[in-house]
Amino acid sequence: MSAPRGVAARGAAARVATAGRARARGQARAQAIAVGILGAATAAAIAALAFIVFFVLSRGLPSVTLEFLFSKPRGMGRSGGILPAIVGTFVLPALAIAIALPLGAGTAIYLTEYTREGRLTRAIRFGSDCLAGIPSIIFGLFGYIFFVTTLGLGWSLLSGALTLAIMILPTIIRTTEEAIRSVPRSWREVSLSLGATRWETIVKVVLPNALPGIVTGVMLGLGRSIGETAAVIFTAGSSLRMPQSIMDSTRTMAVHFYILAREGISAEKAYGTAAVLVISVLAVNAVTYWLMNRFIKRRAR
Amino acid sequence: MKLRLPVALLLGASILASCAKKLESITLAGSTAFQPFAEALAENYMDTKQDINVIVQGGGSAVGINAASTGAAQIGMADLVVLPAEAAGLVPVVVARDGISLIVNPANPVADLGLEELRRLFNGEIRNWKELGGRDAEVTVVSREAGSGTRSSFEKIVGGIELTDDAIVQDSNGTIRETVANDKNAIGYLSHGLVNDKVRAVSIDGIAGTSESIVSGLYPLVRPVFFLTKGERSGSIKDFIDYVLGPEGQAFIVEGGLIAAK
Amino acid sequence: MKATRLSPRPDTARRATRREKLVEAALLAVACSSILSLALIAAFIFKEGLPFMIGYGPGKFLFSSEWRPKAGLYGIFPMIVSSLLATFGALGLGAPLGIASAVFLTEFAPSAVMKVVKPAIELLAGIPSVVFGFIGVMIVAPFVRATAGGPGLSLLSAAFILGIMILPTVTSISVDALNAVPQSYREGALALGATRWQATRMVVLKAARSGLVAAVILGMGRAIGETMAVIMVAGNAVKLPSSPLDSVRTLTANIALEMGFAVGDHRKALFATGVVLFAVIMALNGAAMTAIRRKGRRG
Repeated sequence: MSAPRGVAARGAAARVATAGRARARGQARAQAIAVGILGAATAAAIAALAFIVFFVLSRGLPSVTLEFLFSKPRGMGRSGGILPAIVGTFVLPALAIAIALPLGAGTAIYLTEYTREGRLTRAIRFGSDCLAGIPSIIFGLFGYIFFVTTLGLGWSLLSGALTLAIMILPTIIRTTEEAIRSVPRSWREVSLSLGATRWETIVKVVLPNALPGIVTGVMLGLGRSIGETAAVIFTAGSSLRMPQSIMDSTRTMAVHFYILAREGISAEKAYGTAAVLVISVLAVNAVTYWLMNRFIKRRAR
Repeated sequence: MKLRLPVALLLGASILASCAKKLESITLAGSTAFQPFAEALAENYMDTKQDINVIVQGGGSAVGINAASTGAAQIGMADLVVLPAEAAGLVPVVVARDGISLIVNPANPVADLGLEELRRLFNGEIRNWKELGGRDAEVTVVSREAGSGTRSSFEKIVGGIELTDDAIVQDSNGTIRETVANDKNAIGYLSHGLVNDKVRAVSIDGIAGTSESIVSGLYPLVRPVFFLTKGERSGSIKDFIDYVLGPEGQAFIVEGGLIAAK
Repeated sequence: MKATRLSPRPDTARRATRREKLVEAALLAVACSSILSLALIAAFIFKEGLPFMIGYGPGKFLFSSEWRPKAGLYGIFPMIVSSLLATFGALGLGAPLGIASAVFLTEFAPSAVMKVVKPAIELLAGIPSVVFGFIGVMIVAPFVRATAGGPGLSLLSAAFILGIMILPTVTSISVDALNAVPQSYREGALALGATRWQATRMVVLKAARSGLVAAVILGMGRAIGETMAVIMVAGNAVKLPSSPLDSVRTLTANIALEMGFAVGDHRKALFATGVVLFAVIMALNGAAMTAIRRKGRRG
């Protein structure tokens, strides 16, 4: 190689390298900007959450005493506590999930594993997505007419749970479906080729790996049930008594807050109720995640 | 595996449930405005009588009428000034009266309004407070929803109101109070017993809405609260209603901010 | 050809097959009952509302602007418009924020952050709509009135509160969708010299598309069906909005405000409103689905 060509070649190489570095710098800057914006969005979302929680807790915690938590309301809720509502708030959504999870997960499993993707499955998914947007008051009225009156269950936790279960069914079906589909097909094929049956594959391979997604659906459904008012009032009623069985009527904390605040009875008690509610939801979420993580860790062994 | 446990729990719970009901029970359902009063009255009543269970539900006056008709509840509560056709088969009795107060923001200088001015305000004919001697500011009219007993009573008494399309509509006394408290130019109405120091009640044609003026009939905006039963009341239902109509029940109602039935 | 299986004995195989068939039948029954219950609700709404709407005249019902039940006038056009505007406003706030947060949490934040933040955002899902409504009445609406004018209880306030309310739905489901993208996709892109942002933008987001769309659809469903918070914040005036600062009434608010007291024709008209809501949701969902299918099939 003669000297001038070598110099030219080195110059060209240097120019390419500089251009490459400039492009890399440009891309690095683009990434920095993108990450910055994404981070800001996340911060904004978290700020909104933090503000709401702070607002509720700062106004409500002063009212939350042991008496508030463990005694029954007196004087229309102006004094006393909210124990029946606390019980109702735990029992009602739990019952609703107990009904909706098997139904929803079973439906999702059937639709994804046992049928082929076609017009029928698409129609079903479409129908259930649409139902997710129907306002809760319509579910409440349906529940009142069907469960409370026609089936004669009366205003009861059972009527409320059945109604709530139908309300959260679409969410559970959709999220379970997405979770199951995200498990790679190859994993199923490996399992089947090792001699497992379809059901065994689902139970031992697909479901455990779809668990985080399913839990998301449960969390969202649970959250919606706990915060629901219209559907609950029409079906589980709004009695202030302590429920003795699932055929009894009771309030949830959300309903209690709604009635207290709406009728302007007692702002302090209303916020106290909201504070307990927010803390309960946090606790339920935390426990569920802890359980799920333990389950995953144990399987990973 | 997934299904067996919840189903078993449900069955077990239902069996237990059917064994649990031994007390006689009376269910009231209907007006959400009166529900808190009914609950407290039920509470006091049950303190004296151990063998009876009084349960109070809400749902609104229409639910109350429907429940009383179908038997889902033994007593329907309705706070409508005129009972609808659906209540034709039921026997009503007035257990309380409620005054309706017109409220404005405390910063609003206007302190008195006539029925005629009210009509024109809610019709949207008067749009600025300066027409009434107040500040130069657009009026924000706040009303209850179309089926509200408070609203229908208000509109019936004032007469000739075709609510302006610009009116803000809220669905409960508490939120109306909150809206008026936060908006300097708002005017609304709510149950007399719920006026607090965040809002100010105006007098109507010079008459302030106090318990005395409501009872005496001087104050024009008053509506009844009905208990509706299927057929003449009897047995424990009659007992409870008698309690509510009796001196103890009425004293409690008055204490809570409502007006006695008579 | 049957590969070398760890073959069970013949009678175990028969039992297994029988059990499989039983399981399949059970799952079919479960699927049918859920779909039946969903169909029941749909039938309920249509049975109560459709005959009325046809009798009253669908054109009059959908396109007139007079809602005066006492006079027998039932026109819901302003409410259809308000519902759509509020939902799109909410999506305009909640979808970008939600998806952006999800992307940040899964692709760029350390996993410790994700473990704390995801449950925290899901906590928002448990806060009752009434609490959101109250915060709207006490903080958002006065703020809007003070800074932008108008009564404060307005379309803008409603869209804002709704946007915050759908954040947990959109974020959680987006996070799951993004997590489901195999790590090999990212590693492949990085190995080819892409920056993490490029890998995310060009590979991961595309791969997670159907899950992200699901997140937005469920969020949209939540926004359009929200009742309590909207009633408290939107003002509920029965008129066509001429600006975001106007007080508006959505379809859901109309149903909830009057259902407790409505009888006869009035009540049927409210169910007819429910039918319209159902149709609007079907249209929105259908549009979203065609959008995915046009962009290409799921890889």
